[in-house]
Amino acid sequence: MTTMTIAKAINEGLRASLKSNPKALLMGEDIGALGGVYRVTDGLISEFGPSRVVDTPLAESGIIGTAIGMALRGYSPVCEIQFDGFVFPGFNQITTQLAKMHSRSHGRLTVPVVIRVPYGGGIGSIEHHSESPEALFAHTAGLRIITPSNPHDAYWMIQQAVDCQDPVIVFEPKRRYWLKGEVDLDSPGPAADPFKAQVLREGTDATIVAYGPLVPVALAAANAAAEDGNSVEVIDLRSISPIDFDTVTASVEKTGRLIVTHEAPTFGGIGGEIAARVSERAFLSLEAPVIRVGGFHMPYPVAKVEEDYLPDIDRLLEALDRALAY
Amino acid sequence: MGATHLPSTEFDGTEVDEQREASAETVLGGPGVEMVQLLDVDGKLGEDEVYSSYAKRLDPEKLRGFYADMAAIRRFDQEATALQRQGQLALWVPLTGQEAAQIGSGRATQPQDYIFPTYREHGVALTRNVDLAELLRQFRGVSNGGWDPKETNFHLYTLVLAAQTLHAVGYAMGIQRDQQLADAVGSGADAAGDAGERAAVMAYFGDGASSEGDVHESMVFAASYNAPVVFFCQNNHWAISVPSTVQTRVPLANRAKGYGFPGIRVDGNDVIAVHAVTEWALEHARSGKGPVLIEAFTYRVGAHTTADDPTKYRELAEEAVWRAKDPLDRLEKHLRTEGYADDAFFEKVKDDGAELAAYVRRTAYDLKSPDIRQSFANVYAEAHPLVAEELAWFEQYSAGFAEEAADEASEDAR
Repeated sequence: MTTMTIAKAINEGLRASLKSNPKALLMGEDIGALGGVYRVTDGLISEFGPSRVVDTPLAESGIIGTAIGMALRGYSPVCEIQFDGFVFPGFNQITTQLAKMHSRSHGRLTVPVVIRVPYGGGIGSIEHHSESPEALFAHTAGLRIITPSNPHDAYWMIQQAVDCQDPVIVFEPKRRYWLKGEVDLDSPGPAADPFKAQVLREGTDATIVAYGPLVPVALAAANAAAEDGNSVEVIDLRSISPIDFDTVTASVEKTGRLIVTHEAPTFGGIGGEIAARVSERAFLSLEAPVIRVGGFHMPYPVAKVEEDYLPDIDRLLEALDRALAY
Repeated sequence: MGATHLPSTEFDGTEVDEQREASAETVLGGPGVEMVQLLDVDGKLGEDEVYSSYAKRLDPEKLRGFYADMAAIRRFDQEATALQRQGQLALWVPLTGQEAAQIGSGRATQPQDYIFPTYREHGVALTRNVDLAELLRQFRGVSNGGWDPKETNFHLYTLVLAAQTLHAVGYAMGIQRDQQLADAVGSGADAAGDAGERAAVMAYFGDGASSEGDVHESMVFAASYNAPVVFFCQNNHWAISVPSTVQTRVPLANRAKGYGFPGIRVDGNDVIAVHAVTEWALEHARSGKGPVLIEAFTYRVGAHTTADDPTKYRELAEEAVWRAKDPLDRLEKHLRTEGYADDAFFEKVKDDGAELAAYVRRTAYDLKSPDIRQSFANVYAEAHPLVAEELAWFEQYSAGFAEEAADEASEDAR
């Protein structure tokens, strides 16, 4: 076991992939000498050279589009998009090309492209630097979307993404880049399957499903609830496409109450999808409606008021009270 | 007159109109706009300092081949249009008028080169040995692709304009890395081969797509990494109903200058010039000298697609002007004047065309509708629980109908 931050864990995971897979390479803006704006690729260019750690022109569609071409030639490119709000110039390439290539070629072509996107708010940043656009991508068949919440997952999930033959978007919780934790560099252990959810805390009265940056918030809320005598189960979803509904359903069958939380707006979001699936699969187990705790239907607000926008412990506890009152 | 870079205070738009008219002449090719042409409209072969040497590589056999290819693809185009009119295809994208641009460039590629077409490159497909009947699959609604790109190094058609130009550059960047990997293991000379055996990439797009941001980004990336890619723009003058003068104020080939690589306008109805220029560009790319932009100056004689009606937006007189520059007529004149081909040859080409048309028609009728299970099968390369769940539901749902049918059948039997 080694202690490191999420940023360092991704760095180590990328290093491991570059070492083990000669066809793996990194592309993005400022990822070379600078090591990326979050230093996630720090030091990799000096170790692997500019052919495998590629500082690209400042053009997101160009990054994704050329990555697709390289994948068609047999490479496994890992693209860094600098910030969540800047993924949209690449949205066309991701949704109309990358997601469909395998399908439209009748399975003859695979495009194992990984797209890393630092996402989410809570860092006091300016416009376009705090968004959570995961639902827009989850709606597109052909993509896989994962989001680690701790260093161990981060280390293994980035490597699993590189190994996957499908395109994978890795949403990295940027406000947790400096969160430290234990990483087992020798074995993924419970992280063996990146598309499976994990029960992080067992409980009997209600379930909170969270992912990415809100996992620590959900755990803190569960601790606070325990002080009031309520036993809350916490699930780290880990994968947003596919979603591990089996784990979520099993939990709801036990607790009877479900709260889903994410920073993204609730309308049209992942929480709604989970609520719908759970109502189909575990209707008779539900003691209360599924409650979503997420962002409001507004452009991500200015930094000075983001605290009121982001789900926090109190909002989760308020939702829990409502669920328990049913 | 004040400084010319300042906006005029008396601005009323006239200057813009004048400028646009002036630029239209440039875009459309007036005097003073350089364009490589070897075979003139009368079929006479001219001289060019650079490209004549390429033209001299073409023996009569090759030239007859070009003609046969162009005639075949034109016949195929007519047949596909007819199939659409008869309801056998949902849509067809005709290429008539652009045969020289496509056959000339396609025949300049080597088997190891990889081609990214847009969606009108049926002629290039022919040169890459794509079964032409397979091309119809997409337009008949039985496939979103149709052929195996790995077999022919001819990528699937891309319908989102210009997206493939970036794929082409990325693919070319992959070729560069293959060579580095080969060099690294010390087998550079053998594995990567000499310049003649190295691969390059062709990226096709049109005058309309030239306005897409992806074309710009692809040229920036190609220039930055000196990628072995040839951008082949068929300027057929019309993006559905919008003329090329709306897309550009300068000849499209001139744009290459801004990116720092060569740009060449070639007479797109001159198969010999197109072939020569493309061979030069591919050699340039393969030998590590970087990208080239070719603008093939041609004309879409027919409609954009079978759903289009050009009479609504352009003059018949304009079409007539371009019909007079027909790429097949021009080469036929040349072949006859030089004594490279006789009536028997042209008769045979006609017969071969009829045979191809019959084959395509027969095969198109036989293109089976796929089963939606195939669509389920290829959403992802690796197992995916949601797809599996929805497929299982579909199987169960379909089985219900089968049971119903069986019940009805047994009831009827009673």
